[in-house]
Amino acid sequence: MNIRKLQAFIFLTFTGLIANAQEIEMADDFRGEGKIYVVVAVVLLLIIGIFVQLMRIENKVKSLEKENEGSN
Amino acid sequence: MRYLIRSDWWKWLTMALVIYTIVGGFLMPAPRLPILNETVRNLHFHVPMWFGMIFLFTGSVIYAIKYLKTKNLENDILSATLVDTGILFGILGLLSGMIWANFTWGEPWSNDPKQNASAIAMLIYFALVILRGSLADEHQKARIGAVYNVFAFAVLIPLLFILPRLTDSLHPGNGGNPGFNAYDLDNNLRLVFYPAVLGWTLLGFWVATLQSRIKILEFKKELE
Repeated sequence: MNIRKLQAFIFLTFTGLIANAQEIEMADDFRGEGKIYVVVAVVLLLIIGIFVQLMRIENKVKSLEKENEGSN
Repeated sequence: MRYLIRSDWWKWLTMALVIYTIVGGFLMPAPRLPILNETVRNLHFHVPMWFGMIFLFTGSVIYAIKYLKTKNLENDILSATLVDTGILFGILGLLSGMIWANFTWGEPWSNDPKQNASAIAMLIYFALVILRGSLADEHQKARIGAVYNVFAFAVLIPLLFILPRLTDSLHPGNGGNPGFNAYDLDNNLRLVFYPAVLGWTLLGFWVATLQSRIKILEFKKELE
């Protein structure tokens, strides 16, 4: 590590610390109000819908494979 | 892959892990970092796309080599569907990264070495799909595709893991930047991140196994 990189590293570390000392914006209130759960519920609904569809395809493929084995 | 096709238990694991990722990814405490703010949570959604892609392409190259050894077209089908799913993950990784970059780096595409390298990697794999599509004979398609696949994989690894690390990059872990690096990836993130990688990767394999089972059925039908 050359001197310049070291300087940059120290500079970034310290600015990072200062920035940390000041408040960094996070969605505290949002979560505090509990509204984030609505988003989680919506995304969960979507992903579970996708999973249900995957399982339906899965079953369809399985029955086709059984049929195929039977015919051979 | 053959084991994954035969067994079912890991599909329940996939669903559990992805659901855990969504709940934990949104609700678990995240480190307070400047610039990133809450977008640090994208770690559980954007990054696993790349892990998934690499595992899928690794599976693909293994089956490409298996095809070359056995000349069994089923191996070729597995190899081809793994590439398809890997490309899907790669495109999703690029697009999700562009959305994220737009809000943290200021623009969707900043010619970051990792962005460029992954775009090139995508093009290389697109070429594989086009190459396969342009050959009519099944065995010729499989053989040339498999050889190309080996070369593509040999280029993929330096493109993603070595070249971006040689220069400064906006991506974490490369050069100096205020994103998260090894020291910032705190334990709260790890608790969700590792299950997330496994969950999304397995989801990719689930899709790939479904696709290849359908193709194998079609293949058997053609033989009759």
